Amino acid sequence: MNSLFPSIVSRSQSSGLMNFFVPIISIVLTLITGSIIFVLLGFDPVYALYTFFISPISSTYGISELFVKATPLALIAIGLSYCFKNNIYNIGAEGQLTMGAIFGGGIGILFHDTNAFWLLPLMIFAGAIGGALWGLIPAILKTKFNTNEILTSLMLVYVALFILDYLVVGPWKDPFGYSFPKSRPFSESGRMPLLFDGLRVHFGLIITLFLIFVSWFIFSKTIFGFQLKVSGYSPKAARYAGFNQTTLVFFAFAICGAFAGIAGLAEVSGPIGLLYRDISPNYGFTAIIVAFLGRLHPIGIIFASLVIALTYLGAEDAQLFLQIPSAVGFIFQGLVLFYLLGAELLINYKLTYKKLL
Amino acid sequence: MSDTILNIENITKSFPRVIANKKVTFDIKKNAVHAILGENGAGKSTLVKILYGLLEPDEGNIKLNNKDFKVNSPAEARKQGIGMVFQHFSLFDSLSVKENLILGIDEKMSYSDLENKLENISSRYNLPLDLDAPITALSAGEKQRVEIVRILLQDPQILIMDEPTSVLTPQEVESLFVTLNALVKEGRTILYITHKLEEVISICDTVTIMRSGEIIDTSSTANQTAKTLATKMLGQKLDDLKTNYGHIKDEVNFKVKNISCDFNDPFLTDLKNISFQVRVGEIYGIAGVAGNGQSELMDILTGENINIKSGSITFDNKKIEKYGPQKRRDLSISFVPENRLGHSAVPELSLSENILLSQFPKNNFIRNGIILRNNVDDFANNVINEFKVITPGNDAKASSLSGGNLQKYVIGREISSKPKILIISHPTWGIDAGAEHSIRESLIELSQNGTSIIVISQDLDELIEITHKISVIYDGNLSKPFKTSEIEIEKLGLLMGGKNE
Repeated sequence: MNSLFPSIVSRSQSSGLMNFFVPIISIVLTLITGSIIFVLLGFDPVYALYTFFISPISSTYGISELFVKATPLALIAIGLSYCFKNNIYNIGAEGQLTMGAIFGGGIGILFHDTNAFWLLPLMIFAGAIGGALWGLIPAILKTKFNTNEILTSLMLVYVALFILDYLVVGPWKDPFGYSFPKSRPFSESGRMPLLFDGLRVHFGLIITLFLIFVSWFIFSKTIFGFQLKVSGYSPKAARYAGFNQTTLVFFAFAICGAFAGIAGLAEVSGPIGLLYRDISPNYGFTAIIVAFLGRLHPIGIIFASLVIALTYLGAEDAQLFLQIPSAVGFIFQGLVLFYLLGAELLINYKLTYKKLL
Repeated sequence: MSDTILNIENITKSFPRVIANKKVTFDIKKNAVHAILGENGAGKSTLVKILYGLLEPDEGNIKLNNKDFKVNSPAEARKQGIGMVFQHFSLFDSLSVKENLILGIDEKMSYSDLENKLENISSRYNLPLDLDAPITALSAGEKQRVEIVRILLQDPQILIMDEPTSVLTPQEVESLFVTLNALVKEGRTILYITHKLEEVISICDTVTIMRSGEIIDTSSTANQTAKTLATKMLGQKLDDLKTNYGHIKDEVNFKVKNISCDFNDPFLTDLKNISFQVRVGEIYGIAGVAGNGQSELMDILTGENINIKSGSITFDNKKIEKYGPQKRRDLSISFVPENRLGHSAVPELSLSENILLSQFPKNNFIRNGIILRNNVDDFANNVINEFKVITPGNDAKASSLSGGNLQKYVIGREISSKPKILIISHPTWGIDAGAEHSIRESLIELSQNGTSIIVISQDLDELIEITHKISVIYDGNLSKPFKTSEIEIEKLGLLMGGKNE
C-alpha cells in the first residue's frame, strides 16, 4: 500500500526543454482554470474569454493601450531581473516606481511653465535617481545589518506611497485645482512625446526597448552580468572567484530602482501628465510575475509583459461587458504565478508515494 | 557474565562508486565500551547507520541477544533497545530543554512523569540539566547532555556515540567519561565511534579497527598502545616513493607565520598559531583527520576569510593576509578548494563560463568589462585537450561531468595559468583511480617546473606519494614539518590522533 500523501524528491537532472515550455504551460492552464471560473459564474466561457483576451486588442487603439500597459511592466521586470538573477528578492519596485515619479515629477512641477528641450531628459534622470536611491535603502540594510530585503523593500513601498500622498495634498497641491489631491500639470516639454497621433502609446516604449537591449548585452556579454549570475547560483563560488558581493547587491538594487523610477516617471509624464495619488495600478508588484513568466530573459520579458498587460485590459472589458469586478484581472495574474511556481517545482522535483510497510 | 549482546556477521554495503563495508564481522560484548576506530571514510558511519536503521545492508546478518535483528527506521531501532547520539545535534534551538525532551521521545508522557524520570537519570549518570533553559543558551557539552538524556529516557541497552568529543572542551570530555562509566556499570553497552587514539585507550574496553571498509582487528585495549593502534588504523603505507628533491631551491617564497583565528562556533575549529613555510618547487602536505581545521585554514590561505586574529602570510616579501582571492591571483597564487560543485565550479554553468571564476592577469579574458568569448573558449578547449577531460565540448554544463573529469578540468584551469603557488585541498577526493593518478602526476610535474604547492589532504597515501614535507593538523594546531622520505608512519598516526610525544 502506498501512503496517501506524496513526498517531494529532487530530480537529478531537470529537462531543458520543459524549462522552456513552463511559461506556455502555465498560460494554458490559466486559461482552462479561467474558463471554469467563468462557467461557475454563469457565463459562456468562449464569449467570456473572447471578451477578456481578444476584444481588448481588436482595434488599433486597443493595441496601443496594450503597449501603454506593457511598457512599465517590461521596464520594471527587466530591472527586477538584475536582483532576481543575483538571488536578491526585491519586492519593492512599486515604491521605487513611486519615488521615481516623485523625483522626476518634482522637476516637472518646478519647471511647470518652462518649455525647453532639456526638461524631459532632466525629469527622466531625476526619476532614475529617485528610484535608485529608494532601492539603495534595502541594499544598505541588507549588507550592513543583514536584514531581509523582502521585508524592508516591501515596507518601503508604503512609505513611498504615503510621501506621495502627503505631497499631492500638501506642498505640491495644484493652487488652481479646486483642492483636488493632485499637482499642477507638467508643461508640454515635460511630457513623453506620443509615438502616433491619437494613440496614447508614448516615447517610454522606446526607452524601455533600449534598456532591455542594454540589459541583454550586460547579462550575456559582460563580466558584471556573469558575476550577478554566479553570485545567484552559488555565493560560495562567487567568494572563491573574488567577486565583491556587497558591490553586486548595491548595483542590483540601484539598477532595479533606477529602471522602476524611470517607469514611474514615464507614467506620470506620459499618460497622466501630473502627480496624483494612484499613479500605478500595482505595476511594481505585477512586474514580479512578468519577470518570472519571462524566465528573467529579455526576450521572454517582452512577451510576458504583453500577456500580463492583456489581463489589465481584459479586466476592464470584463467589467464593462460582463459586469464582473475588474479584480478578475488580479485573479488571472495570480493564476499565472501559481501555475508558474507549480510547474517550476515539478520540473526540479518529482512526487513519489512512499510505500507503507 | 560478559557474553555477547550484538553479533555482526558479514555485513556488506556498497554505494555507487565505493564499497563502504566489506564483509564486516565482529561481536560486541555486553556491559562494555566498544570502540570502532578508523580514519574518515573507513566505513564506521555506514556501519552504525545500518545498526540504527538509517541504511539497509546489501548482505549480512545482525543478531541482538542471539535473536535476528532487522530494523527499517531509527524509531524501530530505539524500540529494540538501540539509541544513538549523533555528532551534530538535532535539537530545536528556540525551545526549552524540557520541550525538546518531550518532543524527542517516541511514547507519550506527561511533564510530571518526565520530571520524575529526569531527576532519576540526572543524578544517576552525572547529567545535570536546567529543564527550562532554551537550547540556544546551552554550550555544546550541555546540548550533548540533552541528547544523551533523551536517549536514556527510552532505556536503551546499547548506546551508539558518534565522535562524541569532537565538539567538547577537555573538561566536558572528562564529565562525559564519568557518565559513560556510570552507564556501563548499570549493564548498558556503549558503541564508541572515534578516530582519537587516546580516547580508545582511556575509556574503551575493546576496539575494532576499520580501514577501507574492512575490519582489520578486534581486540582488547588492555595491551594496546597509541602506536600499535595508529599502525593498524593507517596500515603500512610507506612503499611506492618516487618524489624527487633535486629541483627544490633553498629560497622560501611562501611563509605563514603564527596565524590564529577564533570562530565562536562549535562546528568550526579555531586555528592556533599556525606557521609553516614552503620553498620554491616544494610540495608541502598538510595531513589530518577531517574537521581539525583544514577547511578553516584553506579559507585563510585563499583569502575567502581575511578576518584573522593575528599572524601573517608572506609571499615574495609582500604581506598578503588581508588580500582577497582576486588580489592573490593577481600575484600568481592559485587555489583549488575541496568542493568542486558550487565552490571551485558552478554546476549550472558551462565549462567555458567556469573558466571565468579564476582569472589571472595574463589571461586576457576581459576588455573594458566585456568578456572576450573567443579567448575564454580557446582556454577551455586547451584545458579539455591537455588534461584529457571527457566531455562533449566546452559548452557542456559542469554538472554533466563525472567527479574525476570535473576535478581534472578545475585543476587544469589552475595549472594552465602556470601559478607560482598552488594551494589545493583534497585533490583526489571521491574520484576514480585513473583521474587520481593523472592529477597526482600533473602536480608533481608542476612542482618540477618551479611551482610551490600546498596540499591539504586526509589521504596519507596521496601525501606520501607526492609531497616533500608533511605536517599534521590536529584541533587547529599544525605540527612541525617532517621530510616525507624519512617519515615514520607511527609518528604521523600519533599526531593525527592528537598524541604529541
